[in-house]
Amino acid sequence: MKAAEFDYVRADSVAAASAALAAAGPGEEHRIIAGGQTLVPLMAMRLARPTLLVDIDGIDGLDGIEASDDAVAIGAMTRQRTAELSPTVRDRLPLLAKALGFVGHLQTRNRGTVGGSLAHGDPAAEIPLVAVALDAELEAEGRAGRRTYPAAAFFEAPMATAIAADECLVEARFPAWNGARIGTGFQEVASRKGDFAIVAAAAQLALDGGGRCARIAAALGGVAPIPVRIPALEDALSGSRLEDGEIEAALGSVEAAIEPDDDLHATAAYRGRVARVLLGRAIREARAEALA
Amino acid sequence: MTREIALTVNGRERRASAMPRMTLVDFLRDALALTGTHIGCEHGVCGACSILLDGVAVRSCLIFAVQADGHEVTTVEGLAGPGGGIGDLQDAFWECHAMQCGYCTPGMLVAGHALLAENPEPATEDIREAISGNLCRCTGYTQIVEAIALCAAKRRGEDGR
Repeated sequence: MKAAEFDYVRADSVAAASAALAAAGPGEEHRIIAGGQTLVPLMAMRLARPTLLVDIDGIDGLDGIEASDDAVAIGAMTRQRTAELSPTVRDRLPLLAKALGFVGHLQTRNRGTVGGSLAHGDPAAEIPLVAVALDAELEAEGRAGRRTYPAAAFFEAPMATAIAADECLVEARFPAWNGARIGTGFQEVASRKGDFAIVAAAAQLALDGGGRCARIAAALGGVAPIPVRIPALEDALSGSRLEDGEIEAALGSVEAAIEPDDDLHATAAYRGRVARVLLGRAIREARAEALA
Repeated sequence: MTREIALTVNGRERRASAMPRMTLVDFLRDALALTGTHIGCEHGVCGACSILLDGVAVRSCLIFAVQADGHEVTTVEGLAGPGGGIGDLQDAFWECHAMQCGYCTPGMLVAGHALLAENPEPATEDIREAISGNLCRCTGYTQIVEAIALCAAKRRGEDGR
């Protein structure tokens, strides 16, 4: 349970980090370390064997939370616990605030970063799920400059993202919905509190003046190689009164949208059933909040 | 490939060399002879190696010593009371018999210390949440929760029991 040998460098700018990443020769793997709360265990178990770690912790300007009219920008190095406790996040991104409570434990959230979780791209992780649910924009910087990835195009496969080898994720911009009657729901099943989710469900919705669903975003984690939206369910519930029967009928589209796998934690069949139940709960939780 | 690492540990400047692959908990125990911090799972699950890094509770098996260069660490040794005796939280653990084998105790003390620094009046649920990342394989959680509550009460000037 000790990491293999590697070399280590502290980058003092994103450009320096990018140059260090790009300098990998044949057979070498240069990786960024931010909070390290996922990478270090993988290295301890020798599931990851980078030859160089580029530490971005000391780079100025990579952390911070900034709200604009229609979005909240979170710097990649922002600690998960900082985001969880941020009044801006609680107020403008309540779905993310809820999800952060499920990320690991206090001690890992104190160190783990929002950007690190996104860049790692675990299909069961909560922050990528919220990024997909809310159509976040992920900004990376490499030798060619800055590039923005829509969340829908960022996650490609388990632990694999579209980010280029020399790029460093610098910021995640989560759209903030404006309006009075907005509700969010986040539900998760894990073996123990703080473990990776077996299945996680996220829902955010807005009601119009007449109490109909004006807008809804629904997404699931842990049931496909990447977090997935359920567009057929969103279409079915948009304009509806979100009555229990309507929600139940719309949940029929979950099965076709997911590709759960068996693993040692749960069977594919169990995941599929839990996904449907949790998403129903998340939508009802969001409905109750919007009506409150 | 070893590096010189300088950091402040329990208020004292400390210096030693380490390979980049050395975790902070190994560095504290092996290079600085501070063996109060325990090593359990070595992959961030058990919480036995909890310390404070720049004042916040983290797992020292999930940080390489090189990352802590220039930073400030508090270990369980740093939680001692004035004059080096046991601190009030440790005293509460003693009073409530909040340890059996003692393996998880340093991590539990650090988790409890971090909670009380943030929240002087924690509800039982808050205490359970604060130690939810720390495993006690003797399963003596109830007394640990009681001990943290007792320390909080005593710090507020209440009798507590």
